[in-house]
Amino acid sequence: MAYLFQQALNALQLGSIYALIALGYTMVYGILTMINFAHGDLFMVGAFFCFLLAVYLELSFVPTLLFTILGVAMLGVVIERLAYKPLRNAPRVSAIITALGVGLFLENFTLALSPYPKHIPALIEHTTWTIGTVSISSLQILVIVLSLVLMLILDFVVQRTKAGMAMRAISWDKTIVPLMGVPVNKIISLTFAIGTGLGGAAGMMYGLAYPVIDPYMGIMVGWKAFISAVVGGIGNIRGAMIGGFILGAVEIMVAAFFPSTYRDFVAFTLLFILLIVRPYGILGKPHPQKV
Amino acid sequence: MKKSAIFIILLVILSLGICGCSKDDSSQIKIGVIAELTGDIPAVGASCKNAAEMAAAEINDAGGIHLGGKKYPVKLIIEDNAGKADQSASSAQKLITQNKVVAIVGPNASRYALPAAEIAESGKVVLITPWSTAPKTTLDSKTGAPKKYIFRSCFIDPFQGRVLAKFVLDNLKVKKAAVLYDVASEYNKGIAEIFKEVYEQNGGKVVAFETYTTNDKDFSSQLTKIKQTAPDIIFLPNYYSEVPLQIQQAKRLGITTPFIGSDSWGSEELIKLCGKDCNDYYFSTHYAADASTAATKKFIEDYKAKYGTTPDDVAALTYDFFGLIFQALKTAGKNDRQAVRDALAKIPQYEGVTGNMQFKEGSGDPVKSAVILKIKDGKFTWFANAKP
Repeated sequence: MAYLFQQALNALQLGSIYALIALGYTMVYGILTMINFAHGDLFMVGAFFCFLLAVYLELSFVPTLLFTILGVAMLGVVIERLAYKPLRNAPRVSAIITALGVGLFLENFTLALSPYPKHIPALIEHTTWTIGTVSISSLQILVIVLSLVLMLILDFVVQRTKAGMAMRAISWDKTIVPLMGVPVNKIISLTFAIGTGLGGAAGMMYGLAYPVIDPYMGIMVGWKAFISAVVGGIGNIRGAMIGGFILGAVEIMVAAFFPSTYRDFVAFTLLFILLIVRPYGILGKPHPQKV
Repeated sequence: MKKSAIFIILLVILSLGICGCSKDDSSQIKIGVIAELTGDIPAVGASCKNAAEMAAAEINDAGGIHLGGKKYPVKLIIEDNAGKADQSASSAQKLITQNKVVAIVGPNASRYALPAAEIAESGKVVLITPWSTAPKTTLDSKTGAPKKYIFRSCFIDPFQGRVLAKFVLDNLKVKKAAVLYDVASEYNKGIAEIFKEVYEQNGGKVVAFETYTTNDKDFSSQLTKIKQTAPDIIFLPNYYSEVPLQIQQAKRLGITTPFIGSDSWGSEELIKLCGKDCNDYYFSTHYAADASTAATKKFIEDYKAKYGTTPDDVAALTYDFFGLIFQALKTAGKNDRQAVRDALAKIPQYEGVTGNMQFKEGSGDPVKSAVILKIKDGKFTWFANAKP
C-alpha cells in the first residue's frame, strides 16, 4: 500500500510536468490548428533561463520563476511573429515544418553556447519527510502544487475572462469572429505568451526536479507532452491536463509493476488502445467536415 | 547554353577539389579523430580532442615522425559525431574515403564506437577506440572472431564487471545488490549483465535489476522499486551525466544505500553535476591521477599546464593510443594503412600512461589492470588495484 502511494506521488510529479507542457501544444492547436513542434525546445529554453538566472544573477526561487515565465513567453511571442505569422494562410504543412526548424534552431543555438550538461542549484531547501515507508520531498510537493495552481489560473483565464472568451471564439470560428471586432493578432500573441510561458515554467520545475539539463532535454519530453495533448483531445485545455496526468501515471505504474524494460512498450500500447476507442481523445469532440 | 556552362564550371570545381585532396597526401601523416564534442557526453569528446591535440603537438614539436629517412608532421582531422550512432558511422566513412587518414581514433562510447568500427573494418583502416569497453566493438558481428583493424587501449567489460562484482563481495562484504542501467546503451547493458552473472556465481544476490532508456530523466518508479527490495548496494553502470540525477533522486526518495559505479563515472563533470551527493562512493576505472608513475606524472602535468584540468581516463587513454600508433608508424616505416595495421598487431606490449598493456596475437584487446577509485570530498582518490 505504501509502495503504491509512493508510486502515485511519483506519477503525480511527472504527470503535472507533462500536463503543463501539453497545455502549450493544445492552446496553440486550438487557436491556429497548428502543432507547434518547437514547444518542447521552448521548454528546454525555460530550464536554461532558470539556470542563467539562478547561477549568474543568483536570484531566489520566486523571481527566477517569474522571469523565466516572462522570458520564455516573450520568446514565444517573437517566434510567432517572425516565423508563424507570415505563414498563417499558407498550407498547414509549411507551418509545421517551420516549427520543426525553429525547434532545431533553439537546440543548436543553446548547443553552440555550451554543449556541457548544466546543473541547476537547489533553489528551495530540500527536506524529505518520511511517513511510514513513504518519502515525500519538499520539491515533489512544490512541483505538484505549483503546476495545479498554474493550471487553475489558466482555467480561470480561459473560462471567465474576456480575453479567454475571445480565445475560445477564435478557436470556434476564424472567419466570423474578427468581423465581430475581436483583435485576432493580439489574441493569438496572448495565446502564445500563455502557452509558452507555461512551458517555460514547466522547464524550470523539471530542471529543479531533475537538475541536470542539456540542450536536447526538450525532445523526448516534448513528444510525450504532445502525446498527452492528443490523448486528452488536442485543442481542449482540460483534456491536456487529464492527458498529462494519465501519461505520467501509465509510465510510472507500468515500470512499477512490470519489468521496467517494457515500460515504453506497454505505456504506448495502452495509449494506442485508448485512441482506438476514442480517436478524438478523452475530451476532444469530433469535427465533422462541412461541405 | 547556360546549363552546360554551369555544368562545366561544376566539373572544374570538382576536379580542383579532387586534386586538392590528393596533393598533400604524402607530405604528412593524417590521423582522424571522431569525438563526442556535442550530444549527451561532451566532456568525453573534449578530453579526447585535447589529448589528441597534445600528443600531435608533442610529436610535431619534435619534428614529426621519421619514416624512411624523412620527417613527416602529424595532422589531425577532428570530426564531431554529435553523440549519434549514425553520425559516427558517416564520420568514419568521410575520414576513410575523403580525408584518406591512415588511422582513426574514437569514438569513445561503445554505442558510437560499434557502428564506426564496422565501417573501418570494411574500409580496412585501423580504428582504435580509447574508451569503448564493450567486447563486441572488436569482434566480428557475424563470425564472432576478432576484427582485423579494430583495437582499443582500455580493458573490456567482462573484466571490469568481474572486478566490480569481486570488489563488492570481498572488500565491501555485502551480498545484496541492486542494478539500475540504460537498456538502450551497449556499454551499460553489457556491464550490468556481467556484474549480475559474476556476483551471483560468487554467492551474492542481485535483488533488483532495473532498466531505463537513454535520455530518461525520471527514475523515481525504478528507484522506488529498488528501495522496496532493500539492497545493501546499488550499482549504476551509467554515464556521468545521468548518475548525478539517479543518486539525487534516490536520496530524495529516502534511499540511504551506498552506490558503486564503473569507468563511465570518471569525469570531472560528475563532481560538478553531483556536488556533495556523490562523496564516499567507489568506481572502477583505467588509471588513478594521484598514484602514478613518472611518465604518467609528466603527462598529467603537461595536460594541466595546457588545459587547466586534471586529465580524466579518456584523455589518458587517447594519449596512449597516439603513443601506440606512433610506435606502429615507426615500425612500419611507411605511411600506409595496411603496414600500420600489421605493425600495430605485432606490438606485444606497451608501457603507457594508463599502465602496462599486453596484446595477444590476433586480438585488439589489451590485457591490463584496473583501479578502484573512491570519491572523497569531491576528488577522485586511489583506493585499490585490480590485476587481470
